[in-house]
Amino acid sequence: MTLKTYAALSIALCTPFALAAASSHWAHVPAKDHARVNPLPGSPEAAAAGALVYRDHCLQCHKADAQGDARKRPSLRSDNVRSATDGDIEWFLRQGDLAHGMPSWSSLPVEQRWQIVAYLRSIQ
Amino acid sequence: MSFHSLKKAILISLCVAVWSNPTAKAQEKPYFVTYSHDLEEPGNLEIETKTALARPDGSTHYGATTLEFEYGAQAWWTAELYLDGQDTAQDSTLFTGFRLENRLRPLMRDHILNPVLYIEYENISGADKTLLEVVGHDGQGDLATPNAEARREHQHEVELKLILSSNVKDWNISENFIAEKNLGHEPWEFGYAVGAARPLSGAAGAHDCTFCARKLTAGVEAYGGLGDTDALTIRDTSHYIAPLLSWQLPKGLRLSLSPGFGLTSTSLSRVYRIGVAYEFDQIGNWFRPTQTGAQ
Repeated sequence: MTLKTYAALSIALCTPFALAAASSHWAHVPAKDHARVNPLPGSPEAAAAGALVYRDHCLQCHKADAQGDARKRPSLRSDNVRSATDGDIEWFLRQGDLAHGMPSWSSLPVEQRWQIVAYLRSIQ
Repeated sequence: MSFHSLKKAILISLCVAVWSNPTAKAQEKPYFVTYSHDLEEPGNLEIETKTALARPDGSTHYGATTLEFEYGAQAWWTAELYLDGQDTAQDSTLFTGFRLENRLRPLMRDHILNPVLYIEYENISGADKTLLEVVGHDGQGDLATPNAEARREHQHEVELKLILSSNVKDWNISENFIAEKNLGHEPWEFGYAVGAARPLSGAAGAHDCTFCARKLTAGVEAYGGLGDTDALTIRDTSHYIAPLLSWQLPKGLRLSLSPGFGLTSTSLSRVYRIGVAYEFDQIGNWFRPTQTGAQ
């Protein structure tokens, strides 16, 4: 196999995965959850309450400025978060991503998860 | 070092750590015996004392404490070490052994029913009275044996649990099925624990508070023995029901209380439990150089 063939084959194999990762961060969120709307939209009280919940449970990894640690804990002021619907974020909080270190927060009361969503919206 | 000196040293260390780390928070269910599918956040270390106070018929009051170190190795794997001890009135104070435990979540997503696999090795003596689980034909008679005699019995045991747990709205409902085997000659023993709990208020307020409904979680748990492979029956087994209350205190401390009531003649009539927990955030970072966040 020539170097050119090898490079073309590598690109052909990797491109679909790279495109999928870049374009569909929320693609696996069920449609029903994706369509959900925050019942506390744009409420300053909800964002303030969400800031307290964030401080208690999220800050230790994602830091006070929500910028993450530049290693495994990602920034929450990102295009990924901005492009997500409220329902996407609430679903992700509920599910977590155990394989990559994000705990499931299904044990938090549902209102507190929506308050976190309100807070994350307020800091974008 | 005596048991009292060890307890004192641990308490002093905890106090220093708490006051030097004011933002750390703990968040757990108030159960003492039942496990939910909540695992420790990866990188966090929770230290908790769980104390059981009781008086078996025909014996004196005792207090048994376990000191629990719970570490989140991964988001799907929590490892724990327990150090157990007890003090019996008009008898003696003893270190009664240790336990090593691992809890694993095999499914990476949250489902209606979430399984957790639990495996524990126990190296404890017969004088252990912490009542972290009730299996087989455990009864208050086991707890009335004088320490000098009970400590001669060594229990090298493996304990397996299937934990099933659901979060429904703001409720947690958990069921545990327990199988325990002394690595000597004794049969497999079985037990159960079930619990339900929820915070008294779902929404967080815009201002911090100390004594308010959202800082309190209430619930109830029931647990007991289901016999063993020699006698798979609930005759001569112990069963308890226990209301639960936990209070999230400032500075990340959590206080839990539970009066438990025996339901059969072989059960203790009452068991009072007290738990104090503190969570250290991201202990791995203590050993890494400080970095600034990415912009």
